[in-house]
Amino acid sequence: MERYSGNPNAAAALVEPNQVHRDVYINQDVYKLEMQHVFTNAWVFVGHESQTAAKGDYFATQIGDQPVIQVRHKADDIHVLYNRCPHKGTKIVIDRQGNTGKFFRCPYHAWSFKTDGCLLAIPLKKGYEGTDLEKTASGKGMKAVGAVKNHRGFIFARLAEEGISFEEFFGDSLSSIDNMVDRSPEGRLEVVGPPLRYMHHCNWKMLVENQTDTCHPMVAHESSAGTAIKLYEELDLPEGAPKPPAMEIIAPFMSPYEFFEGMGIRTWPNGHGHTGVNHSIHSDYTKIEGYFEAMKAAYGEEKAKAILDENRHNTVYFPNIMVKGPIQQLRVFIPLAANRTVVESYIYRLVGAPDELTARTAMYNRMINAPTSIVGHDDLEMYERAQEGLQSDGMEWVNIQRLLEEDEDFTEEAVHNGTTERQMRNQFNAWAKFMTYELATQEAAE
Amino acid sequence: MSVSKDQLIDFIYEEVRMLDEGRYAEWLALWLPDGHYWMPLDYKQSDPINETSLLYEDLFMLKLRVERLNGARTFSQKPKSRCHHVIQRPFVDEMKGDCFVTNTSMHYVETRLDEQQLLALTARHELALVDGNLHIANKRVDILNCDAAFCNIQLLP
Ligand SMILES: [Fe+2]
Repeated sequence: MERYSGNPNAAAALVEPNQVHRDVYINQDVYKLEMQHVFTNAWVFVGHESQTAAKGDYFATQIGDQPVIQVRHKADDIHVLYNRCPHKGTKIVIDRQGNTGKFFRCPYHAWSFKTDGCLLAIPLKKGYEGTDLEKTASGKGMKAVGAVKNHRGFIFARLAEEGISFEEFFGDSLSSIDNMVDRSPEGRLEVVGPPLRYMHHCNWKMLVENQTDTCHPMVAHESSAGTAIKLYEELDLPEGAPKPPAMEIIAPFMSPYEFFEGMGIRTWPNGHGHTGVNHSIHSDYTKIEGYFEAMKAAYGEEKAKAILDENRHNTVYFPNIMVKGPIQQLRVFIPLAANRTVVESYIYRLVGAPDELTARTAMYNRMINAPTSIVGHDDLEMYERAQEGLQSDGMEWVNIQRLLEEDEDFTEEAVHNGTTERQMRNQFNAWAKFMTYELATQEAAE
Repeated sequence: MSVSKDQLIDFIYEEVRMLDEGRYAEWLALWLPDGHYWMPLDYKQSDPINETSLLYEDLFMLKLRVERLNGARTFSQKPKSRCHHVIQRPFVDEMKGDCFVTNTSMHYVETRLDEQQLLALTARHELALVDGNLHIANKRVDILNCDAAFCNIQLLP
């Protein structure tokens, strides 16, 4: 196991053009390297600004394995701080969200900090006189992450002080978030309720890969989607009778291979990509009264149509989130260990749109992504079987070469057949890139 | 016909026994056609429609859920899960004409392979007397640790 510790090059070598070594999923030392390099050098999703709407509002989460706090310092200024007291290490906040007022106060020794992290006061401060506390990291206050960016309400952070810019990292992939936000007549989203939290005993990357795995729904989900269609046919409802909501949400998972091939997959540099370039399982949802009218009033008919004609299915933002624009859903795959991942599925309200859209979004979330979901059950079963199966020493490599082309170049945006595994290869290409990012920049400097 | 408190209490005991024994056809027959099974996600959640829940299912979804359990390609049920309810004597909170409300604390155990999970929960039943028989009009199940990250919960508390 020694061979990976402190050796990101050895980890990057686990990625080949058509396959990856099982250690990327099952080796705990590789997991630690991911936390130290991939989740440090990449821009990682933190939260939505509406989760910290008022001054002093905070939200506690993780970037990789790092506990952090998203906090609103001023009306238009959100900070991301490491969630530990610079004094003894105590977590400053332990609840998932709340309001801290004008400052954070550590519950252990009452060191206090402004909401941008700066040290505010220490009780009995004279005990530090002449000790040069101000010259230590502890004396400066709560540490902030390397960089923070608010893109249309979505807060991303880079732990590393130096590194790739937000704009270069995401490039044109931001068009999926933009489309989701544009679906609000006011151009604004608001988080709705707490997220679903779903524990998976598998590696986080299996979940990310599944987001653009278009060859699994009709197989793994036959028991839910196929049975839904069978029960619906047995109902033998008269033509035009309203369909049960489950039919609209779950049944499209049984669409044939040709449907998914035609959907198309787009990949962007740095591991981002999406399914549903041309159409998707979200294309045929029933129209909701009053929505298009509100969109037309806000954007004009042509632009409103263009926004709503976009039916992107799943957009993966490397490393660990997926956004579903037409559903206003965001899922975060939080890595806890090589074999443990918690998935948090958030939904957003389109400000200015009819409530029925929020109702459909909430329905999608619970029907597909809850720990009680009959669709989720079979997905989790597949991941956990894979995590166990990979222990097998008979074979050490996992195949990702469906529709592989010679000398694939991931530095350019590209659109391919919707059943390609190119987006999985794109993710691993980015994984190796950010795993070895410091080494590459050092070399470039020399 | 009038319904006694004991009959309401017996009904709740019978219902969980059906679930434990996997007698789903009988269990589905307890429901009124427009009933909903609700399992909130948030502690004291009041809106099942416009917020995420763990479950908010009409009879079509409940039938689908039950039918799926026995499917040939229901991979997450190979092998099958089993469940077990231990319930406290239900409180009968309302008896108004043909409509009744009960409130029942229970421990629910679900197991599959080497995993077993225990959930503490409260079930609120709205029952109705229709054509001389008691039926479930609505059922709400609040899990004590609803905000925890769960693995699969595949059967019904
Ligand atoms: Fe799936």
